[in-house]
Amino acid sequence: MSADRPAIARPAGKNALIGERTPLIDGAEKVSGVAKYPADLDATGALVGRIYRSPYGHAEIINLDVEAARKIPGVVAIVTGDDCDVTYGILPVAQNEYPLARGKVRYRGEPVAAVAAIDEATAEAALRAIVMEVNELPIYDRSEDSRAPGAALLHDDKPDNLERSVHTEFGDVATEFANADIVREAVHDCAEVTQMHMDPHAGIAEYDVERHRLLLQSATQVPYYVHLMVAQCMKMDKSSIRVIKPFIGGGFGARTETLNYELVLCLLARAAKGKVRIKLSREETFFTHRGRPRTKINMKIGMKKDGRFTACECTVEQSGGGYGGYGIVTILYAGALLNAIYDIPAVKYDGYRVYTNTPPCGAMRGHGTVDVRHAFETLLDKMAEELGIDALELRRRNFLQTPTTTINGIKVTSYGFPDCIDWAEEASGWKKRHGQLPYGKGLGIACSHYVSGAAKPVHWTGEPHATVNLKLDYDAGVTVLTGAADIGQGSSTILAQVVGEVLGLGLNRITVIANDSRITPKDNGSYSSRVTFMVGNAALEAAQNLQKLLIEAAARKMEAKPEDIECLGEIYRVAAKQGVEMSYEDVVREALVDTGTITVKGNFTVPREYQGGKFHGAAVGPSMAYSYAALAVEVDVDEITGRVNIENIWVAHDCGYALNPLAVEGQIQGAVWMGLGQAVSEENRYFKGLLVGPNVLDYRVPTIKDSPHIEVKIVESNDPNGPFGAKEASEGALAAVLPAVANAVYDAIGIRVDDMPLTPERIVDAMVKHERDTKAQRQAAQ
Amino acid sequence: MEKSILRLTLNGRERADAVDGNVLLIDYIREIAGLTGTKMGCDGGECGACTVLVDGEPRLACISLAASAEGHDVETIESLAEGTRLSALQKSFHQKLGSQCGFCTPGMIMASEGLLRKNPDPSVEEIRTGLSGNICRCTGYVKIIESVQDAAERKAEGDAA
Ligand code: FES
Ligand code: FES
Repeated sequence: MSADRPAIARPAGKNALIGERTPLIDGAEKVSGVAKYPADLDATGALVGRIYRSPYGHAEIINLDVEAARKIPGVVAIVTGDDCDVTYGILPVAQNEYPLARGKVRYRGEPVAAVAAIDEATAEAALRAIVMEVNELPIYDRSEDSRAPGAALLHDDKPDNLERSVHTEFGDVATEFANADIVREAVHDCAEVTQMHMDPHAGIAEYDVERHRLLLQSATQVPYYVHLMVAQCMKMDKSSIRVIKPFIGGGFGARTETLNYELVLCLLARAAKGKVRIKLSREETFFTHRGRPRTKINMKIGMKKDGRFTACECTVEQSGGGYGGYGIVTILYAGALLNAIYDIPAVKYDGYRVYTNTPPCGAMRGHGTVDVRHAFETLLDKMAEELGIDALELRRRNFLQTPTTTINGIKVTSYGFPDCIDWAEEASGWKKRHGQLPYGKGLGIACSHYVSGAAKPVHWTGEPHATVNLKLDYDAGVTVLTGAADIGQGSSTILAQVVGEVLGLGLNRITVIANDSRITPKDNGSYSSRVTFMVGNAALEAAQNLQKLLIEAAARKMEAKPEDIECLGEIYRVAAKQGVEMSYEDVVREALVDTGTITVKGNFTVPREYQGGKFHGAAVGPSMAYSYAALAVEVDVDEITGRVNIENIWVAHDCGYALNPLAVEGQIQGAVWMGLGQAVSEENRYFKGLLVGPNVLDYRVPTIKDSPHIEVKIVESNDPNGPFGAKEASEGALAAVLPAVANAVYDAIGIRVDDMPLTPERIVDAMVKHERDTKAQRQAAQ
Repeated sequence: MEKSILRLTLNGRERADAVDGNVLLIDYIREIAGLTGTKMGCDGGECGACTVLVDGEPRLACISLAASAEGHDVETIESLAEGTRLSALQKSFHQKLGSQCGFCTPGMIMASEGLLRKNPDPSVEEIRTGLSGNICRCTGYVKIIESVQDAAERKAEGDAA
């Protein structure tokens, strides 16, 4: 760590946890193989659940015959669309999905029926015995086809297959474009990508028919939302349902909404009157998707000669898949986050979220912003070159003056962005190397930002954004109870650090219990990088409340005023009186007198003024704090094969304050690397509704051999509202990777490739076209 | 399907189980022996999550028949720790954050174990080659490489603790 990081005020002798490189508190379970993921849970006596999926991309269901399957010995239950007539979905305004299709299927792989049987072979035989008769409809893989005049409608209430269009304009766009010295435009087509978290989806559900109670354990980032949807679709009291989240193998946004298999599993368990386990194959996990939609972008930027932005106009069209999911939020984010990084006087945005016959997309890491940021940062790079201004200098001329409120009502309070750019410039040797490396080698830089938790929760209930409970008992151990889902990002560790820091205790005294709806307080879940900021703040308040009780107890016992008590963690003492002190355990004993076990809580609510403006769609984009990143990439482009080798990455990320620098680095490296996959190789392709190659080989995530060293610089701007100054630390840097790679490829071979990913095919095609164009120009000139 | 008796050594203990001829090694390990540390991350042979050691060599348990392990010595992630005392690699993956969600970790550590037994002091390139069949979706691999290097040092110092 750099020596210049802002210090946390703590009395000498008090134990330090915040700001320390802290291995994850549940790490030992993971490295020893003891950690139980959904597929590892005790399945003694459980039936095998399997899903019958539509082999059609788009069709009306005329008849579904499961009778032959039902008669197979060993088949215990079969459920179909008839067993649930309630729709579900993450957004209360866009719930248009049934757990099992009713009347129509809209993508290949959509669940239609499900079987619970005594073993795999029987379940498999039952699936083969199911017969579905359909009337096939035209299949649209791409938004331009499903939006075309006369296209069949996926959803009758959505003309032109448009799920949502968004139109916003801030500032005087026409005048500001007229004020520009140059106006340039570019068109981009970014392929669909998917999370491919390492564990295929799995879950286990147990229905107790005697007491009408249901227990679900599944791989989710949002146990609370799952709880709500299970109750809704099962038509059960929420109090009869218990949801537990075990260890899960990542999420990256795929699991930020209730997934069909979770609902199907619960329906099966009830129908089978017992315990059922579902383990989806990798192929089925691809069909469940919820990744980043294919996005077409039209980006137009106006600039003064000195590189100052005057205006930006952006049109986005997303091929969103067969159902609503997070679609509306995604298309809103794409526009909202055009702001809050640079000072742009006027911004116009037109977004179109379109239904297609593909698995529904969702809230993938960097939700909404990634492809649009790619378009912006590459066009910026082109215009900088045209104006003869260094691309970093151009960015500096457009910094926000913070604190500020943007034209779309977003408050920016901390802004370590300038330091990020300075470091990336220095570390990558930008001044000496950009534009000066030999042919085939290139250096590119780009920047990005992200929210620290959405200021408006998905379900507006009026409750605080986050609540944490603490329990202190006779053993002097502090138990942190939280509904926040640790999905590998280390959120439970952060909460333990926050509580321990305030109380001055070591991690040995602290235990975190998370994600059991019977025990832990509700939490909205792990998405939009909200946990450290929001749940961290709630934990901070809870710990302060507990400390107050302990200080009062110490004051009582030592006959002093509470304000004279100094807490050093294991020792409480009267500040002014030498030698008058008590051990922590004695303080706890005193605190428990007459009251018994202590439970306290802490809340966090985003104040109204941070929740955004009043216009339609204003709820998406606002956050209490934004992270910033600048990222440099060095590439080596193989002239013959077109392969883009990533040699080096330097990334500076303003995370406010690194509560756990080890985890912050790990998060940033992971996010940057995920962006790298999207930049050079990852892509979901469809052929007549069929996902091509739904497996780990064809969906090309970078292997360890393809992956460069990623050097991280943590920039600390000390956010005034974050817990100990912290804000988002991962998603923020992801979006910078795509444009940085594209800019580096241009630096290497002098060719702009605007679409994503930059696969060898795309690079070779671009090189061939470039050569042909150059030749044609030369001939025309002669 | 005929069951036959499969005899092998699993994590240092000899076992004999009646097993169908078509049972995969991963299902034998997870479902019959009940050792769920070994993970399944793909539909066969593509991700490395199921890596175990057979006679000290890394092997993908998801595309090996259990029967092929007859008479052999199979080691899974559960074999490395002594009780709750972590092995050098486990300790390094924990302390250096070579493991985030942890799902790839058992396979990653077993592949690394196979590597370090043969090559106690691997270069970064040798680590990359040794782990090239193991996908991790969380870490970007940077801290995985650091973990393996750290474990190599730990072992060289004769310090598993
Ligand atoms: S489970 Fe993926 S290679 Fe074996
Ligand atoms: S740590 Fe999550 S896949 Fe490797």
